[in-house]
Amino acid sequence: MCTTCGCGQGQVTVEGETGHGHAHHDHGHHHYHSHADGVSEARMVQIEQDILSKNDHLAWHNRDDLTRAGVLALNLVSSPGSGKTTLLARTAQDMGTDRSVAVIEGDQQTSLDADRIRQTGARAVQVNTGKGCHLDAAMVGRAMRTLQPAPSSLLFIENVGNLVCPAGFDLGENAKVVILSVTEGEDKPLKYPDMFHAARLMILNKSDLLPYVPFDVEKCVEYARRVNPEIEVLTLSALTGEGLQGWYDWIAARAAGMAPAEAAE
Amino acid sequence: MHEMSLAEGVLQVVEDHVDTADRVTMVRLEIGQLSHVEPEALAFCFEAVVKGSVAEGARLEIDRAPGQAWCHNCGRGVEVSSLIDACPDCGGFQLQVTGGNEMRVKEMEVA
Repeated sequence: MCTTCGCGQGQVTVEGETGHGHAHHDHGHHHYHSHADGVSEARMVQIEQDILSKNDHLAWHNRDDLTRAGVLALNLVSSPGSGKTTLLARTAQDMGTDRSVAVIEGDQQTSLDADRIRQTGARAVQVNTGKGCHLDAAMVGRAMRTLQPAPSSLLFIENVGNLVCPAGFDLGENAKVVILSVTEGEDKPLKYPDMFHAARLMILNKSDLLPYVPFDVEKCVEYARRVNPEIEVLTLSALTGEGLQGWYDWIAARAAGMAPAEAAE
Repeated sequence: MHEMSLAEGVLQVVEDHVDTADRVTMVRLEIGQLSHVEPEALAFCFEAVVKGSVAEGARLEIDRAPGQAWCHNCGRGVEVSSLIDACPDCGGFQLQVTGGNEMRVKEMEVA
């Protein structure tokens, strides 16, 4: 499988996609050398190109499409079991009355999460990464073409549950939001610093369990700010609804700056 | 194992710069100390990914770029080796990464 471009030998599947429907991008294909006739000596070729340049290029396109449509896209990352889907289902239900909400669900297998989101009335498409451990910009681009998020809508991308790999892959989102549940231990930001460094917001979920678990919120926030002094923090319970308003306000504030570009075409 | 994706990314960049008749004998990467890569895992994946390609058997050289950050307390640049490091001078964590997160294909040798 090509996990970088998300296409190829068929392990990555995007729900609702008919056929392969994916033209390979072939940008930036340059030959910087010339062949001198009859010379076959070794030569050095200077490249200076980012390893993830293809992913970043596709992410740029995703971001461009989203910005033009005034869509706020958030990339939700966490370890498995932090409550991402519960939070999303609740958010889709509560915010869906004012704004169109669409969700891209990333999991290695099954469409359980997308089914759960669809029950709230929101539109959702499941991406199965097969053996892949993260979503990449190509997969999200394919899902966006299937989903066609409405102008000025909210697009949530629920990444594969994994606190490591998704940190390095730009999907074209407006911000990464890392979710940590209080049953996981407050030292996660130090153990998995890449993810907390890449995130704009840290959500401490399952706050209803705080009386029963030895989780030190203050310490966790201190650790997160060691690796990312700018990170914002919200504490909430997606189950009981405690603190959810703060999350909705945060989303609304980010979405406020986004308006669809004039329909020129 | 996102190193597998990264190894495929390296091969993609390499293939974009050569003809199919070329044989790549060495690829040099610059991997910053603060980047999301484990060089050993990347080297392992690279060897697997290049099989049957123009870069089969190519030597992989990895240059490590040091981690650099700006300390807001001290008002100057400092060197750090991980994202959880404190400022070596003041011990504070008001650090903003300014270098060492690169993952780049620098050059290659073509025979």
